[in-house]
Amino acid sequence: MSGEISRDEVAHVASLARLSVTDDELTTFTDQLCVVLETAAQLNALDLDDVEPMAQPYPLANVLRVDEIVPSLDRDEVLSQAPAAEDGRFRVPPALGEAP
Amino acid sequence: MSSAEPGLKSAAKLAAAVRSGESSAADALAASSAVIADRDGEVHAFLHLMTERAEAQAAAVDAKIAAGEDAGPLAGVPIALKDNMCTRGAPTTCSSKILDGWNPPYDATVIGRLEAAGAIMVGKTNLDEFAMGSSTENSAFGPTRNPLDTSRVPGGSSGGSAAAVAAGYVPLSLGSDTGGSIRQPAALCGVVGVKPTYGAVSRYGLIAFASSLDQIGPFAHTVEDAALCFDVISGHDQLDATSIPEPLAPTLPNLHDGVEGMRVGIIDELMGEGIEPDVRRRTEQAAEALAAAGAIVDTVSVPATIYGLAAYYLIAPAEASSNLARYDGVRYGQRVDGANVATMNTNTRSAGFGDEVKRRIMLGTYALSSGYYDAYYGKAQRVRTLISNEFDAAYENFDLLLSPTSPSTAFELGAKSDPMSLYMCDVCTIPSNLAGHPSMSVPFGVGDDGLPVGVQVLAPMLQEPRMFQAAQVLENAAASGGAA
Repeated sequence: MSGEISRDEVAHVASLARLSVTDDELTTFTDQLCVVLETAAQLNALDLDDVEPMAQPYPLANVLRVDEIVPSLDRDEVLSQAPAAEDGRFRVPPALGEAP
Repeated sequence: MSSAEPGLKSAAKLAAAVRSGESSAADALAASSAVIADRDGEVHAFLHLMTERAEAQAAAVDAKIAAGEDAGPLAGVPIALKDNMCTRGAPTTCSSKILDGWNPPYDATVIGRLEAAGAIMVGKTNLDEFAMGSSTENSAFGPTRNPLDTSRVPGGSSGGSAAAVAAGYVPLSLGSDTGGSIRQPAALCGVVGVKPTYGAVSRYGLIAFASSLDQIGPFAHTVEDAALCFDVISGHDQLDATSIPEPLAPTLPNLHDGVEGMRVGIIDELMGEGIEPDVRRRTEQAAEALAAAGAIVDTVSVPATIYGLAAYYLIAPAEASSNLARYDGVRYGQRVDGANVATMNTNTRSAGFGDEVKRRIMLGTYALSSGYYDAYYGKAQRVRTLISNEFDAAYENFDLLLSPTSPSTAFELGAKSDPMSLYMCDVCTIPSNLAGHPSMSVPFGVGDDGLPVGVQVLAPMLQEPRMFQAAQVLENAAASGGAA
């Protein structure tokens, strides 16, 4: 953990997260993320080899409910809130290629 | 200061008056609406009012009472909801452009519970976008101002809900707390704010920020009202897989039992550098008040708490980057078109999210990415265990812990413009979220600037009853001059 992140890495992470950033934004975000990661580097001072990671504070296993059929959300109500819907489904642009 | 109806300062008294027929839910709603209309242009606590639904709820409560039925422990009490809780058919934005125009197809579980208890949902309050922030300046719909001094922030991220109570619009509101987002604004606005045990209150319908940290909790003027509200909203919900299945002890029955013989530890690491001297002094006075009421007070060291902030700013963004992946322009909210799905996703997210949300998504994506996962996220998760273990060790010798809630009183709008200085606001509150423990902020006097100071009472997992008992003692002490 170096506490640093490069401009290229920020650009890569932005593209992974489906965010487009301008050159100016990239400069600002890189500086700001470096400061946060420098703070995170404080954790390097700790000896954590024998400490188990904790994913959540109140672990529950096999959370099940009674297997009864209950109404789900109303499809028309859900689709009425979507940016685009057609024939009872969400409508999106082509996944492969480009729209004509 | 507010010119609110006295009824809007106490949920318990208001509900009693409505239940006895002395007042009505319709009158309470009208009084609340009048104060909001008078003052909220300046404070901007609310993003949307739910007038129609509130009027229907009030009419239903009054009809029940007319018919001689039990209208519930919160009969006729107007309540405000942070705008990251889903309300069926009413806007729910998380203060983000990306959800502008979305009306959820379902209600959050807490809303059903409040409604069943007779409460009236008056509207949705402002927050830092997706609950990421400590000042409520980071809202796509403009900042909220502190009703006690409108040049100051109300804290955040639940600043709208804190301000709605502080301004006397409503006696109760709900916020959500991921790293301090209920307790810190409660401290800055001079009201009571509670972060319950993780899993005590259902998160179903709470729009996720960091799922292993988020909890819903109440704001109130009095400890009693906060306890009343907690008892109504807590308890198992099968729609939330992290909801604690065991029955929870109610907090109201023992509220006035005092702290005689309780062992209270002041957290040494949270009383030093970075905490303003006036805030420290009030915290010491609070400890003295508990001692005067029969508690055994000492200091205790919980060294890992100082690493909480660093761990939190890896864990919370990591979880947020995953949770916020769902805002892709397909199922809800805004879409900015593109020639294919990937371009549409990118266009939508780039236009819809504000800078702080983008920063945290990028940070979280980085902390989770291949090659960095162990160094960042994995390490932060281990620190989480460390903090939790140290709390457990402290609770072998103490029943409750005490610290300041916020390092300072309310600051001016625009005073903390770089992200890291804002993150520091949460240094005292984050450890409880990491451990999943309950904690709450109680107003205890004012700072050198005359603005309220909040003292934080921390308790072990599921020990809300004793936490509220101590908070009640502090409230009594502050009222009788103990914080002068």
